[in-house]
Amino acid sequence: MEQTSRISLRPLITPFNMILGIIIATGCIITILRFTGGLAAVTQLDDNNPWGIWIGFDLLCGVALAAGGYTTSAACYIFGLKRFHSAVRPAILTAFLGYALVVLALHYDVGRPWRLPFPIFWQQGTTSLLFEVGLCVFLYLSVLFVEFTPAAFEWLGFSKIREFVVKLTLLLTIFGVVLSTLHQSSLGALYTIVPSKLHPLWYSAYLPVYFFISSIFAGLSMVIFEGSLAHKHLHHKMDETHLKEANGVVLGFGKAASFVMAGYFAIKVIGISADNNWHYLFTDYGLWFLFELFGFVALPSFVYAIGVREKNIRLIQWTSIWTVLGIVLNRFNVSLIAFNWQLPSAERYFPGWMEIAISLFIVAIGIVAYRLATNFLPILYEHPDYQAH
Amino acid sequence: MESIFYSLQDFMTHSKGITYLLMGGILIFMPLYWLFLTDRDEKIETY
Repeated sequence: MEQTSRISLRPLITPFNMILGIIIATGCIITILRFTGGLAAVTQLDDNNPWGIWIGFDLLCGVALAAGGYTTSAACYIFGLKRFHSAVRPAILTAFLGYALVVLALHYDVGRPWRLPFPIFWQQGTTSLLFEVGLCVFLYLSVLFVEFTPAAFEWLGFSKIREFVVKLTLLLTIFGVVLSTLHQSSLGALYTIVPSKLHPLWYSAYLPVYFFISSIFAGLSMVIFEGSLAHKHLHHKMDETHLKEANGVVLGFGKAASFVMAGYFAIKVIGISADNNWHYLFTDYGLWFLFELFGFVALPSFVYAIGVREKNIRLIQWTSIWTVLGIVLNRFNVSLIAFNWQLPSAERYFPGWMEIAISLFIVAIGIVAYRLATNFLPILYEHPDYQAH
Repeated sequence: MESIFYSLQDFMTHSKGITYLLMGGILIFMPLYWLFLTDRDEKIETY
Protein backbone atom coordinates (compact mmCIF):
# COMPACT_ATOMS: atom_id res chain seq x y z
CA MET A 1 0.00 0.00 0.00
CA GLU A 2 2.76 2.33 1.03
CA GLN A 3 4.75 1.41 -2.06
CA THR A 4 1.75 2.05 -4.34
CA SER A 5 1.18 5.51 -2.92
CA ARG A 6 4.88 6.33 -3.23
CA ILE A 7 4.92 5.25 -6.88
CA SER A 8 1.91 7.38 -7.71
CA LEU A 9 3.35 10.37 -5.85
CA ARG A 10 6.88 10.16 -7.19
CA PRO A 11 6.32 11.94 -10.54
CA LEU A 12 4.40 14.68 -8.77
CA ILE A 13 7.24 15.72 -6.49
CA THR A 14 9.67 17.39 -8.86
CA PRO A 15 11.51 20.72 -8.44
CA PHE A 16 9.27 22.31 -11.08
CA ASN A 17 6.09 21.10 -9.38
CA MET A 18 7.35 22.31 -6.02
CA ILE A 19 8.00 25.79 -7.44
CA LEU A 20 4.49 25.71 -8.95
CA GLY A 21 3.10 24.69 -5.56
CA ILE A 22 4.88 27.54 -3.78
CA ILE A 23 3.63 30.07 -6.36
CA ILE A 24 0.05 28.78 -6.06
CA ALA A 25 0.16 28.77 -2.24
CA THR A 26 1.53 32.35 -2.22
CA GLY A 27 -1.11 33.35 -4.77
CA CYS A 28 -3.89 31.95 -2.59
CA ILE A 29 -2.71 34.01 0.38
CA ILE A 30 -2.48 37.19 -1.72
CA THR A 31 -5.92 36.43 -3.17
CA ILE A 32 -7.34 36.53 0.37
CA LEU A 33 -5.54 39.85 0.99
CA ARG A 34 -6.82 41.27 -2.33
CA PHE A 35 -10.46 40.41 -1.68
CA THR A 36 -10.44 41.39 1.98
CA GLY A 37 -8.22 44.49 1.85
CA GLY A 38 -9.00 45.78 -1.64
CA LEU A 39 -6.65 46.86 -4.44
CA ALA A 40 -4.62 49.19 -2.21
CA ALA A 41 -3.60 46.30 0.04
CA VAL A 42 -1.72 44.47 -2.70
CA THR A 43 -1.04 46.87 -5.60
CA GLN A 44 0.94 50.01 -6.38
CA LEU A 45 -1.91 51.41 -8.49
CA ASP A 46 -3.03 55.01 -8.05
CA ASP A 47 -5.07 57.65 -9.89
CA ASN A 48 -2.24 58.34 -12.36
CA ASN A 49 -1.70 54.65 -12.99
CA PRO A 50 -5.01 52.83 -12.63
CA TRP A 51 -3.92 50.02 -14.95
CA GLY A 52 -0.86 48.06 -13.92
CA ILE A 53 0.76 44.73 -14.62
CA TRP A 54 -2.53 42.84 -14.29
CA ILE A 55 -3.74 44.67 -17.40
CA GLY A 56 -0.35 44.96 -19.14
CA PHE A 57 0.65 41.34 -18.66
CA ASP A 58 -2.36 39.22 -17.68
CA LEU A 59 -4.81 40.83 -20.07
CA LEU A 60 -2.89 42.33 -23.01
CA CYS A 61 -0.24 39.60 -23.21
CA GLY A 62 -2.74 36.88 -22.25
CA VAL A 63 -5.12 37.80 -25.07
CA ALA A 64 -2.33 38.25 -27.64
CA LEU A 65 -0.64 34.97 -26.77
CA ALA A 66 -3.97 33.12 -26.80
CA ALA A 67 -4.38 34.10 -30.47
CA GLY A 68 -3.03 30.69 -31.48
CA GLY A 69 -6.60 29.39 -31.23
CA TYR A 70 -8.05 31.46 -34.02
CA THR A 71 -4.92 31.45 -36.23
CA THR A 72 -4.58 27.65 -36.11
CA SER A 73 -8.27 26.88 -36.58
CA ALA A 74 -8.49 29.45 -39.41
CA ALA A 75 -5.45 27.89 -41.12
CA CYS A 76 -6.93 24.41 -40.84
CA TYR A 77 -10.66 24.92 -41.42
CA ILE A 78 -10.92 28.16 -43.43
CA PHE A 79 -7.73 28.01 -45.51
CA GLY A 80 -8.01 24.22 -45.76
CA LEU A 81 -4.45 23.50 -44.57
CA LYS A 82 -5.37 20.12 -43.12
CA ARG A 83 -1.74 19.26 -42.50
CA PHE A 84 -2.00 21.52 -39.43
CA HIS A 85 -4.98 19.60 -38.03
CA SER A 86 -3.05 17.99 -35.17
CA ALA A 87 -2.10 21.46 -33.90
CA VAL A 88 -5.71 22.63 -33.61
CA ARG A 89 -6.72 20.95 -30.35
CA PRO A 90 -3.63 21.99 -28.36
CA ALA A 91 -4.03 25.52 -29.74
CA ILE A 92 -7.73 25.65 -28.84
CA LEU A 93 -6.94 24.35 -25.35
CA THR A 94 -4.21 26.99 -24.87
CA ALA A 95 -6.53 29.71 -26.15
CA PHE A 96 -9.41 28.57 -23.96
CA LEU A 97 -7.21 28.46 -20.86
CA GLY A 98 -5.61 31.79 -21.84
CA TYR A 99 -8.95 33.58 -22.14
CA ALA A 100 -10.36 31.91 -19.02
CA LEU A 101 -7.32 33.14 -17.09
CA VAL A 102 -7.68 36.63 -18.57
CA VAL A 103 -11.19 36.73 -17.12
CA LEU A 104 -9.88 35.37 -13.82
CA ALA A 105 -7.18 38.06 -13.76
CA LEU A 106 -9.83 40.72 -14.43
CA HIS A 107 -11.57 39.67 -11.23
CA TYR A 108 -8.46 40.76 -9.37
CA ASP A 109 -8.03 44.00 -11.28
CA VAL A 110 -11.50 45.53 -11.35
CA GLY A 111 -12.65 47.20 -8.18
CA ARG A 112 -16.00 45.46 -8.05
CA PRO A 113 -15.56 42.13 -9.86
CA TRP A 114 -19.10 40.97 -9.16
CA ARG A 115 -20.19 43.65 -11.63
CA LEU A 116 -18.25 42.13 -14.54
CA PRO A 117 -21.47 40.75 -16.16
CA PHE A 118 -23.19 44.18 -15.90
CA PRO A 119 -21.97 45.59 -19.25
CA ILE A 120 -23.17 42.44 -21.01
CA PHE A 121 -26.57 41.87 -19.42
CA TRP A 122 -27.70 45.03 -17.64
CA GLN A 123 -26.18 48.24 -18.92
CA GLN A 124 -24.55 48.19 -22.35
CA GLY A 125 -22.24 51.13 -22.95
CA THR A 126 -22.34 50.73 -26.70
CA THR A 127 -20.10 53.71 -27.38
CA SER A 128 -17.30 52.30 -25.22
CA LEU A 129 -14.39 50.29 -26.58
CA LEU A 130 -14.22 48.48 -23.26
CA PHE A 131 -17.78 47.28 -23.82
CA GLU A 132 -16.75 45.92 -27.21
CA VAL A 133 -13.70 44.20 -25.72
CA GLY A 134 -15.79 42.79 -22.86
CA LEU A 135 -18.54 41.51 -25.16
CA CYS A 136 -16.07 39.93 -27.59
CA VAL A 137 -14.04 38.26 -24.85
CA PHE A 138 -17.26 36.96 -23.27
CA LEU A 139 -18.50 35.60 -26.61
CA TYR A 140 -15.13 34.26 -27.73
CA LEU A 141 -14.55 32.48 -24.42
CA SER A 142 -17.93 30.81 -24.94
CA VAL A 143 -16.96 29.88 -28.53
CA LEU A 144 -13.64 28.45 -27.34
CA PHE A 145 -15.44 26.47 -24.66
CA VAL A 146 -17.75 24.92 -27.29
CA GLU A 147 -14.78 24.28 -29.63
CA PHE A 148 -12.98 22.56 -26.75
CA THR A 149 -15.93 20.34 -25.71
CA PRO A 150 -15.51 17.57 -28.35
CA ALA A 151 -12.32 16.47 -26.57
CA ALA A 152 -14.21 16.29 -23.26
CA PHE A 153 -17.17 14.50 -24.88
CA GLU A 154 -14.82 11.91 -26.41
CA TRP A 155 -13.32 11.31 -22.99
CA LEU A 156 -16.78 11.02 -21.41
CA GLY A 157 -18.13 8.87 -24.24
CA PHE A 158 -20.94 11.29 -25.26
CA SER A 159 -20.71 10.50 -28.95
CA LYS A 160 -24.04 12.03 -30.13
CA ILE A 161 -23.52 15.47 -28.66
CA ARG A 162 -19.90 15.35 -29.83
CA GLU A 163 -21.12 14.69 -33.39
CA PHE A 164 -23.39 17.72 -33.14
CA VAL A 165 -20.60 20.04 -31.90
CA VAL A 166 -18.16 18.78 -34.57
CA LYS A 167 -20.71 19.77 -37.24
CA LEU A 168 -20.52 23.33 -35.92
CA THR A 169 -16.72 23.51 -36.36
CA LEU A 170 -16.64 25.78 -39.42
CA LEU A 171 -19.29 28.11 -38.01
CA LEU A 172 -17.43 28.36 -34.68
CA THR A 173 -14.14 28.98 -36.48
CA ILE A 174 -15.60 31.86 -38.52
CA PHE A 175 -17.24 33.27 -35.40
CA GLY A 176 -13.90 32.98 -33.55
CA VAL A 177 -11.96 34.79 -36.29
CA VAL A 178 -14.52 37.61 -36.42
CA LEU A 179 -14.55 38.04 -32.63
CA SER A 180 -10.75 37.86 -32.40
CA THR A 181 -10.32 40.47 -35.14
CA LEU A 182 -12.67 42.73 -33.23
CA HIS A 183 -11.28 42.49 -29.73
CA GLN A 184 -7.57 42.08 -30.54
CA SER A 185 -7.75 45.37 -32.43
CA SER A 186 -9.98 47.02 -29.83
CA LEU A 187 -7.38 46.38 -27.13
CA GLY A 188 -5.04 48.58 -29.18
CA ALA A 189 -7.83 51.05 -29.88
CA LEU A 190 -8.25 51.48 -26.10
CA TYR A 191 -4.96 53.38 -26.10
CA THR A 192 -5.99 55.77 -28.86
CA ILE A 193 -7.84 57.79 -26.21
CA VAL A 194 -4.58 58.69 -24.45
CA PRO A 195 -2.51 60.60 -27.04
CA SER A 196 -1.05 62.86 -24.36
CA LYS A 197 -0.06 59.99 -22.05
CA LEU A 198 1.44 57.46 -24.44
CA HIS A 199 4.81 58.25 -26.04
CA PRO A 200 4.36 59.37 -29.68
CA LEU A 201 6.49 56.50 -30.99
CA TRP A 202 4.04 53.97 -29.57
CA TYR A 203 0.93 56.09 -29.97
CA SER A 204 -0.60 55.89 -33.41
CA ALA A 205 -3.99 55.98 -35.05
CA TYR A 206 -2.94 52.55 -36.36
CA LEU A 207 -2.70 51.02 -32.85
CA PRO A 208 -5.72 48.74 -33.49
CA VAL A 209 -4.02 47.43 -36.65
CA TYR A 210 -0.72 46.94 -34.79
CA PHE A 211 -2.40 44.96 -32.01
CA PHE A 212 -4.31 42.77 -34.44
CA ILE A 213 -1.37 42.02 -36.76
CA SER A 214 0.98 41.39 -33.85
CA SER A 215 -1.58 38.99 -32.33
CA ILE A 216 -1.33 36.84 -35.47
CA PHE A 217 2.40 36.17 -35.15
CA ALA A 218 2.07 36.03 -31.35
CA GLY A 219 -0.44 33.21 -31.74
CA LEU A 220 1.64 31.39 -34.35
CA SER A 221 4.78 31.67 -32.20
CA MET A 222 2.90 30.52 -29.12
CA VAL A 223 1.69 27.40 -30.95
CA ILE A 224 5.31 26.61 -31.96
CA PHE A 225 6.58 27.30 -28.43
CA GLU A 226 3.83 25.30 -26.74
CA GLY A 227 4.32 22.47 -29.24
CA SER A 228 8.04 22.29 -28.49
CA LEU A 229 7.34 22.13 -24.75
CA ALA A 230 4.70 19.44 -25.28
CA HIS A 231 7.18 17.45 -27.40
CA LYS A 232 9.75 17.61 -24.65
CA HIS A 233 7.54 16.81 -21.68
CA LEU A 234 4.44 15.07 -23.08
CA HIS A 235 6.04 13.11 -25.90
CA HIS A 236 4.52 9.85 -24.62
CA LYS A 237 1.02 11.29 -24.97
CA MET A 238 1.36 12.00 -28.69
CA ASP A 239 0.12 9.66 -31.37
CA GLU A 240 1.79 8.90 -34.68
CA THR A 241 -0.15 11.55 -36.64
CA HIS A 242 0.80 14.24 -34.16
CA LEU A 243 4.46 13.29 -34.24
CA LYS A 244 4.46 13.06 -38.04
CA GLU A 245 2.85 16.46 -38.55
CA ALA A 246 4.82 18.30 -35.85
CA ASN A 247 7.75 19.43 -38.00
CA GLY A 248 5.40 20.58 -40.75
CA VAL A 249 3.50 22.70 -38.22
CA VAL A 250 6.74 24.29 -36.99
CA LEU A 251 7.95 25.06 -40.53
CA GLY A 252 4.58 26.29 -41.78
CA PHE A 253 3.87 28.47 -38.77
CA GLY A 254 7.46 29.75 -38.73
CA LYS A 255 7.11 30.81 -42.35
CA ALA A 256 3.77 32.52 -41.71
CA ALA A 257 5.10 34.28 -38.60
CA SER A 258 8.17 35.49 -40.47
CA PHE A 259 6.13 37.04 -43.29
CA VAL A 260 3.54 38.61 -40.98
CA MET A 261 6.34 40.06 -38.83
CA ALA A 262 7.94 41.59 -41.92
CA GLY A 263 4.59 43.20 -42.73
CA TYR A 264 4.22 44.37 -39.13
CA PHE A 265 7.67 45.93 -39.26
CA ALA A 266 6.68 47.74 -42.46
CA ILE A 267 3.46 49.18 -41.04
CA LYS A 268 5.27 50.28 -37.86
CA VAL A 269 7.69 52.28 -40.04
CA ILE A 270 4.74 53.71 -41.96
CA GLY A 271 3.23 54.74 -38.60
CA ILE A 272 6.37 56.72 -37.75
CA SER A 273 6.32 58.33 -41.16
CA ALA A 274 2.62 59.20 -41.17
CA ASP A 275 2.96 61.05 -37.84
CA ASN A 276 6.40 62.43 -38.80
CA ASN A 277 7.94 61.09 -35.58
CA TRP A 278 11.42 60.53 -36.99
CA HIS A 279 13.04 63.03 -34.63
CA TYR A 280 11.95 60.99 -31.59
CA LEU A 281 14.09 58.06 -32.75
CA PHE A 282 17.24 59.77 -31.50
CA THR A 283 16.01 60.16 -27.92
CA ASP A 284 16.23 57.62 -25.07
CA TYR A 285 12.72 56.39 -25.75
CA GLY A 286 13.57 56.29 -29.45
CA LEU A 287 16.47 53.91 -28.83
CA TRP A 288 14.20 51.74 -26.72
CA PHE A 289 11.64 51.78 -29.55
CA LEU A 290 14.30 50.79 -32.09
CA PHE A 291 15.48 48.04 -29.71
CA GLU A 292 11.94 46.65 -29.69
CA LEU A 293 11.38 47.08 -33.42
CA PHE A 294 14.68 45.67 -34.65
CA GLY A 295 15.55 43.35 -31.75
CA PHE A 296 12.12 41.74 -31.33
CA VAL A 297 10.44 42.14 -34.73
CA ALA A 298 12.88 42.52 -37.64
CA LEU A 299 15.58 40.22 -36.33
CA PRO A 300 13.32 37.32 -35.23
CA SER A 301 11.47 37.64 -38.53
CA PHE A 302 14.75 37.19 -40.37
CA VAL A 303 15.88 34.35 -38.10
CA TYR A 304 12.51 32.62 -38.64
CA ALA A 305 13.15 32.94 -42.40
CA ILE A 306 16.62 31.41 -42.03
CA GLY A 307 15.14 28.59 -39.93
CA VAL A 308 12.48 27.91 -42.57
CA ARG A 309 14.99 27.99 -45.45
CA GLU A 310 17.42 25.71 -43.61
CA LYS A 311 14.57 23.53 -42.23
CA ASN A 312 16.13 24.11 -38.82
CA ILE A 313 13.34 23.16 -36.39
CA ARG A 314 15.39 23.97 -33.29
CA LEU A 315 16.18 27.48 -34.56
CA ILE A 316 12.48 28.15 -35.27
CA GLN A 317 11.51 26.91 -31.81
CA TRP A 318 14.04 29.21 -30.12
CA THR A 319 12.86 32.10 -32.30
CA SER A 320 9.28 31.47 -31.17
CA ILE A 321 10.36 32.12 -27.55
CA TRP A 322 12.15 35.25 -28.72
CA THR A 323 9.00 36.44 -30.52
CA VAL A 324 6.77 35.71 -27.52
CA LEU A 325 9.13 37.80 -25.37
CA GLY A 326 8.90 40.54 -28.01
CA ILE A 327 5.11 40.58 -27.75
CA VAL A 328 5.33 40.82 -23.96
CA LEU A 329 7.81 43.70 -24.35
CA ASN A 330 5.54 45.49 -26.83
CA ARG A 331 2.47 45.21 -24.60
CA PHE A 332 4.53 46.36 -21.59
CA ASN A 333 5.83 49.31 -23.60
CA VAL A 334 2.34 50.41 -24.61
CA SER A 335 0.66 49.87 -21.26
CA LEU A 336 3.43 50.62 -18.76
CA ILE A 337 6.86 51.77 -19.96
CA ALA A 338 5.93 54.39 -22.56
CA PHE A 339 2.69 55.19 -20.73
CA ASN A 340 2.71 58.37 -18.62
CA TRP A 341 6.22 58.94 -19.99
CA GLN A 342 6.12 62.64 -19.15
CA LEU A 343 5.50 62.09 -15.43
CA PRO A 344 8.47 62.41 -13.05
CA SER A 345 9.87 59.02 -12.11
CA ALA A 346 8.55 59.29 -8.54
CA GLU A 347 5.00 59.31 -9.92
CA ARG A 348 5.54 56.44 -12.36
CA TYR A 349 4.15 52.99 -11.71
CA PHE A 350 6.23 50.00 -10.82
CA PRO A 351 4.45 46.78 -9.87
CA GLY A 352 4.63 45.57 -6.29
CA TRP A 353 5.84 42.06 -5.56
CA MET A 354 2.32 40.91 -4.75
CA GLU A 355 1.08 42.03 -8.17
CA ILE A 356 3.90 40.07 -9.83
CA ALA A 357 3.12 37.08 -7.59
CA ILE A 358 -0.55 37.13 -8.67
CA SER A 359 0.51 37.24 -12.34
CA LEU A 360 2.80 34.24 -11.75
CA PHE A 361 -0.04 32.56 -9.85
CA ILE A 362 -2.33 32.96 -12.88
CA VAL A 363 0.35 31.51 -15.20
CA ALA A 364 0.92 28.63 -12.75
CA ILE A 365 -2.81 27.81 -12.74
CA GLY A 366 -2.67 27.76 -16.56
CA ILE A 367 0.25 25.31 -16.56
CA VAL A 368 -1.48 22.99 -14.08
CA ALA A 369 -4.76 23.12 -16.04
CA TYR A 370 -2.94 22.43 -19.34
CA ARG A 371 -1.15 19.46 -17.85
CA LEU A 372 -4.34 18.06 -16.35
CA ALA A 373 -6.23 18.49 -19.63
CA THR A 374 -3.51 16.91 -21.77
CA ASN A 375 -3.20 14.10 -19.25
CA PHE A 376 -6.85 13.08 -19.32
CA LEU A 377 -8.31 14.34 -22.61
CA PRO A 378 -7.48 13.41 -26.20
CA ILE A 379 -5.62 16.65 -26.97
CA LEU A 380 -2.25 15.42 -28.22
CA TYR A 381 -3.65 12.25 -29.76
CA GLU A 382 -6.80 11.18 -31.57
CA HIS A 383 -9.27 9.17 -29.53
CA PRO A 384 -9.29 5.62 -30.98
CA ASP A 385 -13.11 5.71 -31.38
CA TYR A 386 -13.05 8.96 -33.39
CA GLN A 387 -10.04 8.61 -35.68
CA ALA A 388 -11.70 10.27 -38.66
CA HIS A 389 -12.62 13.30 -36.50
CA MET B 1 16.34 67.30 -37.47
CA GLU B 2 12.81 68.59 -36.94
CA SER B 3 11.16 70.41 -39.85
CA ILE B 4 8.99 73.44 -39.22
CA PHE B 5 5.55 73.31 -40.76
CA TYR B 6 3.49 76.45 -41.17
CA SER B 7 0.28 74.75 -42.21
CA LEU B 8 -1.43 71.39 -42.14
CA GLN B 9 -1.03 71.31 -45.90
CA ASP B 10 2.76 71.56 -45.51
CA PHE B 11 2.76 68.81 -42.89
CA MET B 12 0.60 66.45 -44.95
CA THR B 13 2.61 67.05 -48.11
CA HIS B 14 5.82 66.25 -46.28
CA SER B 15 4.67 63.25 -44.21
CA LYS B 16 2.53 61.70 -46.94
CA GLY B 17 5.30 62.19 -49.49
CA ILE B 18 7.75 60.18 -47.39
CA THR B 19 5.06 57.60 -46.55
CA TYR B 20 4.30 57.07 -50.24
CA LEU B 21 7.98 56.51 -50.97
CA LEU B 22 8.19 54.01 -48.12
CA MET B 23 5.08 52.19 -49.33
CA GLY B 24 6.61 51.88 -52.78
CA GLY B 25 9.72 50.36 -51.19
CA ILE B 26 7.59 47.97 -49.13
CA LEU B 27 5.64 46.86 -52.21
CA ILE B 28 8.95 45.84 -53.77
CA PHE B 29 10.41 44.41 -50.55
CA MET B 30 7.54 42.13 -49.50
CA PRO B 31 7.39 39.95 -52.65
CA LEU B 32 11.18 39.67 -52.58
CA TYR B 33 11.03 38.62 -48.94
CA TRP B 34 8.37 36.04 -49.82
CA LEU B 35 10.66 34.64 -52.52
CA PHE B 36 13.51 34.53 -49.99
CA LEU B 37 11.22 32.62 -47.59
CA THR B 38 9.91 30.10 -50.08
CA ASP B 39 12.58 29.52 -52.72
CA ARG B 40 13.78 26.31 -51.07
CA ASP B 41 10.28 24.88 -50.56
CA GLU B 42 9.40 21.48 -51.85
CA LYS B 43 6.18 20.95 -53.76
CA ILE B 44 3.26 21.66 -51.42
CA GLU B 45 1.16 18.66 -50.53
CA THR B 46 -2.51 19.49 -50.96
CA TYR B 47 -4.12 16.45 -49.37
